[in-house]
Amino acid sequence: MADFFEEYGTLLAENTGITLYMVFASTLIAYVIGIPMGIGLVVTAKDGLHPNRIVYRILDVTVNIIRSIPFLILLILIMPLTKVIVGKTYGPSATVVPLVMSAAPFIARMVESSLLEVDHGVIEAAQSMGANDRVIVFKVMMKEARTSLITGATIALATILGYSAMAGTVGGGGLGNVAIQYGYYRYQTPVMIATVVLLVAMVQIMQAAGMKLGKALDHRTSG
Amino acid sequence: MNGRQRMAPAKGDDGMMNGMGTETEKMTETEENVMIHIDHLGKVFETADNRVEALDDVTLDIMKGDIFGIIGMSGAGKSTLVRCLNFLEKPSAGDVIVEGRSLKSMTPAELRKQRTRMSMIFQSFNLLQQRTVLDNVCFPLEINKVPRKKAREKAMELLGEVGLSDKAGNYPSQLSGGQQQRVAIARALASDPVILLCDEATSALDPRTTGEILDLLKKINETHHITIVIITHAMSVVTEICNRVAIIDSGKVAETGEVLEVFNNPRTEAAIRLVMSSGDREVSRISGEHLIRAVFSENSSYEPVIANMVLRFGQPVNIMRADTRDIGGTAKGEMVLQLPGDEGVREQMKAYLIERGLAVNELSSMKELEERYDG
Ligand SMILES: Nc1ncnc2c1ncn2[C@@H]1O[C@H](COP(=O)(O)OP(=O)(O)OP(=O)(O)O)[C@@H](O)[C@H]1O
Ligand SMILES: [Mg+2]
Repeated sequence: MADFFEEYGTLLAENTGITLYMVFASTLIAYVIGIPMGIGLVVTAKDGLHPNRIVYRILDVTVNIIRSIPFLILLILIMPLTKVIVGKTYGPSATVVPLVMSAAPFIARMVESSLLEVDHGVIEAAQSMGANDRVIVFKVMMKEARTSLITGATIALATILGYSAMAGTVGGGGLGNVAIQYGYYRYQTPVMIATVVLLVAMVQIMQAAGMKLGKALDHRTSG
Repeated sequence: MNGRQRMAPAKGDDGMMNGMGTETEKMTETEENVMIHIDHLGKVFETADNRVEALDDVTLDIMKGDIFGIIGMSGAGKSTLVRCLNFLEKPSAGDVIVEGRSLKSMTPAELRKQRTRMSMIFQSFNLLQQRTVLDNVCFPLEINKVPRKKAREKAMELLGEVGLSDKAGNYPSQLSGGQQQRVAIARALASDPVILLCDEATSALDPRTTGEILDLLKKINETHHITIVIITHAMSVVTEICNRVAIIDSGKVAETGEVLEVFNNPRTEAAIRLVMSSGDREVSRISGEHLIRAVFSENSSYEPVIANMVLRFGQPVNIMRADTRDIGGTAKGEMVLQLPGDEGVREQMKAYLIERGLAVNELSSMKELEERYDG
């Protein structure tokens, strides 16, 4: 056991870092894109604050198309774009591009569904007080949907972590790459298992932390 | 003759004959006295396979200082009407003139500004669940960019007024329904409105809490000089605090006038049905021929009147139902009587009752009415 850590400890630690970098960087950027898209979907929907058929259709179709492309195919498909943005098509930073690309529409949908959960009566009450759309979106919808948004972010993180491991298998770096390189090509099953354990542990921690945070910030139930 | 005097119960001539068709109100309807002028308002909801005319040519004047009740059966269009009053719902036809200004011709920004002058409370309270009670009351002030410190002071003052100072730091989920509605009222008052619109504000509350909230609204009407519009399906709410009422039936104004007047002399079927329902109860099924409804006030004790009438005419009457209730501080009794088959005697009996200061309405249409509503 000690030997195993001596031999692979640094490798695993390094690649855990790389995986975390990819996951958090992509989640962050994906949210920067996904939140406005989600808000756009809610606001322009038929019974939204500003119904706009054309904008809604564009957002809706874009999200659906990207979401229906399997991640690995998307990764290969947008390599030219990745090259333009990052300068190369492999490595952790290059993986962030397809990760963002596939996560943003997914996040947009989750933001949309979180915001749609907000009680329509509360929105109407805000309107009756003379609130403008900006106040309603940011001070009413986003705040009332806070817990649901955090839960969504937890799911997004776990999903992106899974994608990043997949990307690792085709040169993305991180724990997925380690698993393929050692576990598959070199028959180092213990390394493979170690990466799996690490990935599972990361998902668990993120999940638990997210739920806890969401719950702590929720005032809908007393206590 | 103004409405209130005409309704004075002691006068023998008070009755359906005089009460009918008079649209002159107690206050002269000069423009300064009108707070909300609802002008030929119409609203049509069009869905893919359906078309609902929720409001049809509704014209009403709500005076400054009124506690104006709008009552109707479920689906009559009450919520649609009240939501049109601040243009949360855009009417399909007509306009709403508030304090002399047409809402239809306002820009969105002007409309938002106008809405701060006409607050609204709801059946489901609609508090922000993720904000404390204090921050809920601060919210309209935040919208109006009132500095935080000043907003908090004002909010605390209003919470004191609704009796919830000690709940400032709580979240809505920690409060009872009645307390939540009080918070909603405090929040509604924060922007110093001139109008308060209430859509079934007490429908989710028990009778006692309803009474407390109604008392609070009455107090607000007096101390803040706020005109209140109350939407309800319960006649008891109207009789308890409203001075004027409009009865909405299938999107139309069936009847409007002073509460006492409408209660004494309902002229339309919709009005009769609503007037006879008490509280949340629908009017119980009373069927039969030759029914009348007699309304009397506290000083005419009714038992001798009926007993004497029976003795005098030597014909039995059937008391189908008797009830008393408080209307604007006056105890009112209400009876449904079945009169004998002889038409001559019936007419004499009615005259006898009217002579003794009771308001008498024919309920001959009641049976058809039941069928129509139940069918
Ligand atoms: N957004 C809408 N789309 C289609 N039809 C609607 C809409 N809102 C209301 N209606 C219809 O308009 C009519 C009046 O509805 P409204 O909600 O105003 O009734 P109400 O008098 O408030 O009833 P209740 O006492 O049940 O609340 C109903 O037939 C209802 O189905
Ligand atoms: Mg309603």
